[in-house]
Amino acid sequence: MPTSAKTAGTGPVARLRRGRTRRGSAGVPVALAVPALLGLGFLVLPLAGLLIRTPWTSLPQRLTAPGVLEALRLSLVTATAATLLCLLLGVPLAWLLARTTFPGRRLVRALVTVPLVLPPVVGGVALLLVFGRRGLIGGWLDETFGITLPFTTTGVVLAEAFVAMPFLVIAVEGALRGADARYEEAAATLGAGRWTAFRRVTLPLVAPGIAAGAVLCWARALGEFGATITFAGNFPGRTQTMPLAVYLALEQDLEAAIVLSLVLLVVSVAILASLRDRWITSP
Amino acid sequence: MRGRRWTLSVAVGALLLATAGCGGGDDDPRPGADGSPGAVTGTVTVLAAASLTESFTRIGAAFEAANPGVTVTFSFAGSSQLAQQITAGAPADVFAAASPATMKTVTDAGDNAAEPQVFVRNQLVIAVAKGNPKGITGLADLTKPDTKVALCAEQVPCGAAAKTALDAAGTALTPVTLEQDVKQALSKVRLGEVDAALVYRTDARAAAADVDGIEFPESAGAVNDYPIVTLKQAPNSAGAAAFVAYVLGAEARAVLTEAGFQTP
Repeated sequence: MPTSAKTAGTGPVARLRRGRTRRGSAGVPVALAVPALLGLGFLVLPLAGLLIRTPWTSLPQRLTAPGVLEALRLSLVTATAATLLCLLLGVPLAWLLARTTFPGRRLVRALVTVPLVLPPVVGGVALLLVFGRRGLIGGWLDETFGITLPFTTTGVVLAEAFVAMPFLVIAVEGALRGADARYEEAAATLGAGRWTAFRRVTLPLVAPGIAAGAVLCWARALGEFGATITFAGNFPGRTQTMPLAVYLALEQDLEAAIVLSLVLLVVSVAILASLRDRWITSP
Repeated sequence: MRGRRWTLSVAVGALLLATAGCGGGDDDPRPGADGSPGAVTGTVTVLAAASLTESFTRIGAAFEAANPGVTVTFSFAGSSQLAQQITAGAPADVFAAASPATMKTVTDAGDNAAEPQVFVRNQLVIAVAKGNPKGITGLADLTKPDTKVALCAEQVPCGAAAKTALDAAGTALTPVTLEQDVKQALSKVRLGEVDAALVYRTDARAAAADVDGIEFPESAGAVNDYPIVTLKQAPNSAGAAAFVAYVLGAEARAVLTEAGFQTP
């Protein structure tokens, strides 16, 4: 979380950087180097293993198999829809947490982050109990409008949004807290209402933070498995996203599972790379 | 300066993203202690089809009672997933599958220590909510547009059996979901999310408090044989052999019959 320090010369980041320039690249103690390299290997080796075992020769025909493209398309569409839903609901929620004070705000912030630590399967069960056919809201939707959410693409979007929204809220709230509130105050003294100030001043100010949060949110939604399979089930073309397809492919055909995993890996790395270039730059 | 704050929040976000878990993983079964030849001791790790959950849990308890000093640990899941785990080198002693096809995955890889033996057979029923509110009497009722049906995925034995039965009946059925194992399909009925699911007779019987099992004639053409085998990489081969012998014996037979399994 960003600190509330206002000047550039203080705060942990600045201290760290000053320390770094003083020490430069002095010798690395073995006691740190060995576990560091082990940790790096532990994180990188499984990915390398995926690349080593990829059936490169049959890759093109496997990638163009109808099921793969269907799952990839569904994954991209649902992750994007979930991100839009998160933006629509999450940015105002982040603004509320960062810019207003109300009783129980800390509790609200804690509640917002619960889906982060909740096992996704548990999230799926919870969604079923609320939006399922016998759920609190789902039952009413079913009786009144004949709408059922489980086993539909909408259900996938809901499951992904539930799991991914905290990323966006936390990122945007951090950006809002980091942004200088005096610009908004200046806008207010010039006669702008709160909505206008938010739209014309705050949003442009924190746009990069929102974009970064949205990308993280999208990446998380893309990888969602547990809540999706529990709440939305598994049906090719309708609810079978890439992670579900990987899981099912494992039951029959290891190579197909590796190819699908590779596609997800490539997409994830591309996302992280785009983040690096745009927002994670050392000042 | 502002950029640095975003850097922080993005870095934190990325960390959170990296630590966000994903469900669906399976705990590896724990390897058992080595039993000295002849004596049955230590832990026997049994990987068994999801449809064996209730009966094997009871059989395991009886086996432990008959052999003091032995602990049986079970991992119940879809047969094909278990077969994959075995061929990937999971340290297990016994594998009980819900179809010869999934057992073949293991024997083709040469991971079996002996010949698989069929110990029970199982047949499909239509599981519906208690009291059958939709009045479902056979496969034809499942194709009605307002009826939501869960099937197992074709990769797992209950799904393969369902496909055989549906093809035999000439029924073109579009399910709303293809579940990973038979218990998942059943739980969708229990939750009321679907109106019916094709599950084994034993599963419907085990869940008799919540569901009714509707017998249908086409299931006779899709009866599943359940093979059981000791595994080559068994950490406790004596325990594995003893457990398989027990499953093929009279006490276990009584439990399996009571659960609704048929004798091969």
